[in-house]
Parts: sequence; structure tokens; C-alpha cells
Amino acid sequence: MMQVTQSGSFQHAAVLREFGCEHSLLSRPDGSASFVQGDTTVLAGVYGPAEVMVSKESFDRATLEVTLKPKVGMPGVAERSKEQCIRQTCEAALLTRLHPRTSITLSLQTVHDDGALLACCLNAACMALMDAGLPMHCLFCGVCCAIDQQGTIKLDPTAREEKESRAVMTFALDSTDCRVMMSSTKGSYTAAELQQCIAVCQRASESIFQFYRDSVSRRYCKA
Amino acid sequence: MRETPLSNCERQFLVQAIAEKKRLDGRQTYDYRNIKITFGTDYGCCIVDLGKTRVLAQISCELVAPKMNRPTEGILFFNLELSQMASPAFEPGRQSELVVKLNRLVERCLRNSKCIDTESLCVVSGEKVWQIRVDLHLLNHDGNIMDAASIAAITALCHFRRPDVSIQGEDVTVYTPEERDPVPLSIHHMPICVSFSFFQQGTYLLVDPSEREERVMDGLLVIAMNKHREICTIQSSGGIMLLKDQVLRCSKIASVKVTEISELIQKALENDKKVRKEGGKFGFAESMPNQRITAYKMEVAPVDTDDIGKKAEDLISNTEPPSEIIPSPVVRAPGTGQIGEGLQNSWGLDENEDGEEAEDQTMEEELQTMDVKVKSVNKEDPIVLSDSEEEDVVVLEPKIMKKEVKVQASSTAASKKKKKKKPAH
Repeated sequence: MMQVTQSGSFQHAAVLREFGCEHSLLSRPDGSASFVQGDTTVLAGVYGPAEVMVSKESFDRATLEVTLKPKVGMPGVAERSKEQCIRQTCEAALLTRLHPRTSITLSLQTVHDDGALLACCLNAACMALMDAGLPMHCLFCGVCCAIDQQGTIKLDPTAREEKESRAVMTFALDSTDCRVMMSSTKGSYTAAELQQCIAVCQRASESIFQFYRDSVSRRYCKA
Repeated sequence: MRETPLSNCERQFLVQAIAEKKRLDGRQTYDYRNIKITFGTDYGCCIVDLGKTRVLAQISCELVAPKMNRPTEGILFFNLELSQMASPAFEPGRQSELVVKLNRLVERCLRNSKCIDTESLCVVSGEKVWQIRVDLHLLNHDGNIMDAASIAAITALCHFRRPDVSIQGEDVTVYTPEERDPVPLSIHHMPICVSFSFFQQGTYLLVDPSEREERVMDGLLVIAMNKHREICTIQSSGGIMLLKDQVLRCSKIASVKVTEISELIQKALENDKKVRKEGGKFGFAESMPNQRITAYKMEVAPVDTDDIGKKAEDLISNTEPPSEIIPSPVVRAPGTGQIGEGLQNSWGLDENEDGEEAEDQTMEEELQTMDVKVKSVNKEDPIVLSDSEEEDVVVLEPKIMKKEVKVQASSTAASKKKKKKKPAH
């Protein structure tokens, strides 16, 4: 049994910013979506399953490629590491074995970055994959939270809040059990704080998945 | 991905329709598609939709040292990228001809026309000037990238505000947007590109070709003009031979179109300025169309965190502590350390039966003798020291490590024995 120290009050400012999303906004890609969290906007486009280069071909599954482009400048190491996080989450969610020797290309474009960029990219990616009609065994969502200097957990931080915080964490959670699929953290925090953040993000993911359902039902339901 | 090839019947259909003055989307010969301009939250960011072609433009600025041969002028840098989502044919990392051509046209249109006053970008002559960077991203390719890109670039440049700078003698102060309002760039005129596509060796002409029409065209004429009817750039590609009066006619059409588009840009800029002044909401989030069923918005949503603390505590108290397998580091030589043991070669060393094998063995044994932890060895292996191996073995510390040498030799001996057994049976 591990020792747990009580860390003061658990008053957390847990509010998600205003969300918005638009599906099928681009005509060329098979699936596209734009996801807005407050001011952070990410545009995602999916092509697939399509022809794959022989060098990248996989005999039993589809090859997933993820590209994230920043608005200004050339993509650097930060973009590459975000691409890997997104790619691993998508690979876990997609049923790639249904389409062997094909390629699925996911392109993301940062339209505006005001904090929680990786979480917004994950949400946009999931909506775009849904819009493209690719088979997945679960949906996923991205949630970002930050721990500020006083120890309060702030959900969906803006860029300024991220800069002033002690630790920033992004989790990808699946829709069936709200378990953690991917985590990317920066900064220092205790094990107790990590568990609290995961619990807060799991609560938040419920509203995000409800948002997914509402936006899709708005599109496809007759009423 | 390779571009889907255009079928012959589709090609014939398009060319015949154009010959009968009909376009697929019902436009007239000189009609432009709907242009929509939206601005982002920060200055210098805009998205332009020309029909379904979508371009994102972002302007940024930085203080840098000026070029050696132009110490009093600022620097302009243009970059047009064809995003992979714009078309399945665009692949990352490959500089196709199209990208080079478009970049060159953007540069000629905006840099060579001197539409931006670079002298005003100078802060300290010879030391610090503003470098204005224009990044254009094509998000969806439905034809006529050049026009959309030029509209996006010039609109974003007009929208952009750079930080205010003041010079007092030797001191240069750059003010943040909170301290002093940022200052717009000084722009003389707004050059806008108009594209004309030609079919049947110059017989038929279309303004603002869509993607399908671009595929079947013979040649393209791009004229960059401003609303004062000055031609900034003109480019004819595709090898079509145009007559003088054809080019003059195109320039007349271009001047009409440029006037219309310039008015549209001015209106969009004024609208955005008004909204920002009145303190209303602006940015891409606001410009999302609410009425469409493909768009959906959710208000600010609070999340219930009442028993989070207790839940987290329960979780932590119920988990077991991690098992203590922190291996202690081993120092092999000054400057080299090893943590853990790594994988052992389990191939059995039965391919080369000559000296190499013995060398491998000696190396392995040297390695083994340095380990702190003794590997668990199958005690049932017979500890037989065969003669041929022992001769090449170098025993480092015969007293202490002899046991491990024996063990190692035994395992290889055992494997050798197994191998030797095979031919016998």
C-alpha cells in the first residue's frame, strides 16, 4: 500500500471551453473535419483506404501516416512528436486489419493555437476519421489539463494558462470505457496529482463524447 | 497517392461543353466563383474560399539584420505550401513543378510589384529591419490556386499589424500589443492575379477554371493587376500561342474582375475592423456557419469534479507499489557504465567452427566475468571441459571467476555437444 499525502483542498476550475466542429468542409479529402476549442482551431483531412507505396506497404494491415503542419514555418520536432502521439492513438482505434496493403493518410493543419493543441488535434482526427467512414472499434477524444503553481487543476487551458502552469498533460481516452489510450505530459507533478488529472479528464471526456453524438445526430437525423 | 487519371470520355465531354459555351457548374465564360474571406483571431490571419478552393494565409514578423546590399530595406519572405489534404496527388517532401511555379508567381506578384513599402520596415539602418513572412497553405484544391493564394496573401498583408517601435537616439524600444496598439503595414496597392485558361489552341477562353477544366486546358495566362489598371505580372504557360488582341482582351477582363475583387476585400477588411472595434466576437470560431447541419457548437461546459480527490486517493491506495527491479549500474572501464545485462546471443555458435568461434567465446567470457550478478544456469548441464575450447580461453582471474568460466564453457559445450550428437545419430 502506498502512502498518500493529503494535498489541501480539491477545488478545481474544471470548465471546458466552447466547442465547435464542422464535418465534410473540404471537397477533395474522403473525410474532413474542423474542431474548435475556444480559439484553438485544427483542420483535419483523411484520405483512405488508398493506394500505398510498395516501400511502406504492410501485408496484413493498413499503413497510417499522420502529418501535422504548423501555421508558420517548417514542421519541427514538436510537430513530429505530436504526430507520433496521434498516430499511436489512431492505430489503436482503427481496424487496420480490415484493409491490408492500403494507406490511410491523416493531415492536420493548425489554424490557430491557443492552448490544448494536441487535444484539439486528437478530436479533429477522430471526427475526420468518422467522416471518412473508416471502421474503428472505439472513438477517442483528447483532453488537456494543466496544474498551476497553486496545485489547482485547470481543464482545457489557454496558451497563457499553459505557460504559467507547473505541468501540462494531454490524455487520449476511448469511448467505451473512458480509459487512457495515450498520455503526453510536460512538467513535474506527483502521482496523486496524475491520478486526479486522469479522473478529471475522464469526467470531461463524457461531455466531449456527448458532443460527438449530438453533432453527428444533427447531421444524420431527420428531426 | 497517384492522381486519378481523367477518362477520355470525361475529357471529350468537357471540351465539347466548353465549345458550346457551357461550364459544368453553370457559370458564364467570364464569371468568378463565390469568394468568401474570413479572418482569424490574431492579426494577419485569413482564410479565402474561391468556390471550393481554400487557402489559409498567415503573416508574421521578426526583427533581423538586413541584407548586405540593401541595408535600409525590410525583407519579405513568401512560402506557399500545398497541404497533403488539398489533393491526393500532393505528397509531402516532394517539390513538384507546380509548387515551384506557384511560389515564383506569388513572389513576382507581391515582391517585384513593390506593393509593400520595404523602406518603412527599416528600424535601424544596416542593423535591424522587419522581416515579414507570408505563409500560404492550400487546404483544398478545386482549381485556380493562384488567384485564391494572391487574394489571401494581399488580404492578410492588409489585415496584419506589426508591433510599434520607437527610437530615441541609440535606444530602440519594441512595444508589445498591450503597451501600444500595433501598426499596419504600409501598402501602396493591391495586386490580384486573374487566371485565364485556353482550350482548342486558344479558340476558347475561360476565366477562373475549376479543377476539371484545368485538367483539360491547353494553356494558362495569369495576369496580376491592381485596381489602378496597372499590370504587375503577366505569365503565359502551356505553350499556347496567343494573339496580341487576345492578350489585350484578357487584360481588359482582368481589370474589371480586379476592381470587383478589390471592393470585396475592402468590405471584408472594414467589417472585421468594425467588429473588433465594437468589441464583438471575431475569429474562425464565430465564422462557422450555424445554420448548416454539418456544423455544431456547444457552449462552455462545466465538469463535475466533486469526488475526484477521493477517487484518485482510492486508486492510488489500492495499487501496489512497483516491484523493485532497479539494476545497479556496472562500471566496465572509466567512462563506461552498464545498467542491465542486455540480450544474450542464443544462436548457439554452431555456424563457424574455426577460430572465430573461439574468439566469440573469449569475448563472451570476458563479458561474463565482469558481471556482478551470476546468470541462472541450468544446473543439469554437464560441466564438461572439452580440450579444443580450453586452449583459446583466456581466464582473467582464475581464482575468483573460475566458476563462471566453467559455467559459460559448459553452456557452449552443451550446445556444441548437442550439435555434435546430430551427425553421430
